Amino acid sequence: MNVLDKMLAGKPNLLGVALLALLIFVVFPLTLDAFRLNMVGKYLTYAFVAVGLVLCWGYGGILSLGQGVFFGVGGYCMAMFLKLEASDPLSTKIQTTPGIPDFMDWNQITELPWLWVPFHSFSFTLLAVIVVPVLLAFIIGMALFKRRVGDVYFSIVTQAIALILTVLIVGQQGLSGGVNGITDLKTLLGWDLRTDSAKLVLYFINAALLFGCIFIGRFVLASKLGRLLMAMRDKEERVRFSGYDVATFKIFVFCIAAAFSAIGGAMFALQVGFMSPTFVGIVPSIEMVIFTAVGGRMSLLGAVYGALLVNYGKTYFSESLPELWLYLMGGLFIAVVMYFPNGLAGLWDSHGRQALGRLLRRSPRIAPVAAPLPQAVRVEPKAPAPERSSLETQP
Amino acid sequence: MTAIGFQMNKPVLAIEGLTVSFDGFKAVDNLNLYIDRNEVRVVIGPNGAGKTTVLDLICGKTRATSGSIQFDGKELTKMHEYNIVRAGVGRKFQNPSIYENLTVFENLEMSYPAGRKVFSALFFKRSAAVIARVEEVAREIFLGELLEQQADLLSHGQKQWLEIGMLLMQNPDLLMLDEPVAGMSVNERVQTAELLKRISQGRSVLVIEHDMEFVKSIAHKVTVLHQGKVLAEGSMESVQNNPKVIEVYLGH
Repeated sequence: MNVLDKMLAGKPNLLGVALLALLIFVVFPLTLDAFRLNMVGKYLTYAFVAVGLVLCWGYGGILSLGQGVFFGVGGYCMAMFLKLEASDPLSTKIQTTPGIPDFMDWNQITELPWLWVPFHSFSFTLLAVIVVPVLLAFIIGMALFKRRVGDVYFSIVTQAIALILTVLIVGQQGLSGGVNGITDLKTLLGWDLRTDSAKLVLYFINAALLFGCIFIGRFVLASKLGRLLMAMRDKEERVRFSGYDVATFKIFVFCIAAAFSAIGGAMFALQVGFMSPTFVGIVPSIEMVIFTAVGGRMSLLGAVYGALLVNYGKTYFSESLPELWLYLMGGLFIAVVMYFPNGLAGLWDSHGRQALGRLLRRSPRIAPVAAPLPQAVRVEPKAPAPERSSLETQP
Repeated sequence: MTAIGFQMNKPVLAIEGLTVSFDGFKAVDNLNLYIDRNEVRVVIGPNGAGKTTVLDLICGKTRATSGSIQFDGKELTKMHEYNIVRAGVGRKFQNPSIYENLTVFENLEMSYPAGRKVFSALFFKRSAAVIARVEEVAREIFLGELLEQQADLLSHGQKQWLEIGMLLMQNPDLLMLDEPVAGMSVNERVQTAELLKRISQGRSVLVIEHDMEFVKSIAHKVTVLHQGKVLAEGSMESVQNNPKVIEVYLGH
């Protein structure tokens, strides 16, 4: 058996997971200073969205250009809790109405709006971070998938929703903090989030949650549902006329992607210390698709690398050549679509793995895959076959 | 007469007054069609006669403008597609419609009637019963040795068989095949005719086909469609000698 090939297969396999874990849990914390590590933590919150997009777009063929909505809703839920904690009557005693968030006071609001009241409770907040975005995704999914709105029309609608939510947040200044967002978040249950030690702990919590999402993703893809997603993406009619209610599967995977994005958003608010409409709208939503595309939309781990690399590039170029960055990003996306549709993970699959294998083994390749496997092997749930189609089949 | 005897004589599929119009054009026009249990019925007719549309109407892909489709006492015209399948109607499309990225085994497994809902699919286990059933069907459709083959590497004829196999996995009471031997070699046609004879045991089969040799070898009864209406119906022989049929279809 070709052990190396098996371990390094393009699917998110255990060695690949271990390598990424080593990088995130050991290498980054040991080599980066607190500021840079916090930055990586921020990039990793986008990786949640990218992992969700692998399931929803890569496997399910549902290209959502509005994942920022779920990232934002999750982030706002967390930010509302933190803001309320930061706005205790003592520290806001100079306001006209002490005990409410400062931006409400500036907007002549004299009473905490009903929408904010439940966010005094931390357990409610944790629940809301997941439930509110999933409910939103469920409603969008029911409205669109049940009516067979798919492909590019679905993408356009999600983009419109991202725009609507941004406009809503900006317009409701007294309720949402408007274009500035919710800022000056200080403590979580009395624990000061601004210290280096808190940031380090949050970084590890964030990384652990990300791996939790990757494992959920692996479980979904290895199940029959994972194969069904691919089948639906390629031959939706055949799946429908094999006795499946296609819409419910799409709604499910869209809700999972929304939940992942929302966790990322909440961790963003915790680590970065604010939440604003700039992370909700069309541009961030499309950027998130680009992270996924660059990393490889068929690879859960690739998506994480994509989020890390593109964001690193964005930071680097924004610091040195800010005017060039947008063109670079556009060029990158075009290059991915035209030349390497399966992103970095695809390149690794087609080139890197063999090169590494040759380097390490210096022995000829064996094992044609077509030979029938023994029955014992077949009993195990198998990961879906590697994807071969290109972006052209996608909206 | 016993209740069971009565059931046996009743057609498994009864289409009455079925009409569908697309922007005023009646693709199927007041059609009546009855298919008995264990019958192999072939529908022939010139292009645009409405053959595929009839299959679309039965399986729910197209919705009828008026009329009724009774299957086993159930009115199909108002059911969801997936419920029509679960009621026992299987349909093969004109172009082989299989999952090219999956193996033959996985293709067949996909049609196994379990794990059809979100959470049952998530926790679906490939049990010994599933494996046995997949292997049984694979042997039936001549693909027993190719279970681990990725489906896009199959020949055109093998893809047609695979799709038939996917329908067999559902064990349908009514099997609908749209041009099952299109693009097949002579040998494959003969094999397919034998396959159809075997799998039509205990179920009804509705076939659309142009290849007259093939039709002759499988059909119990032939229905000729023309402009959305039944032009003639009966044994292959009577249909072939029908002057109207020769005029609009066979003569060309």
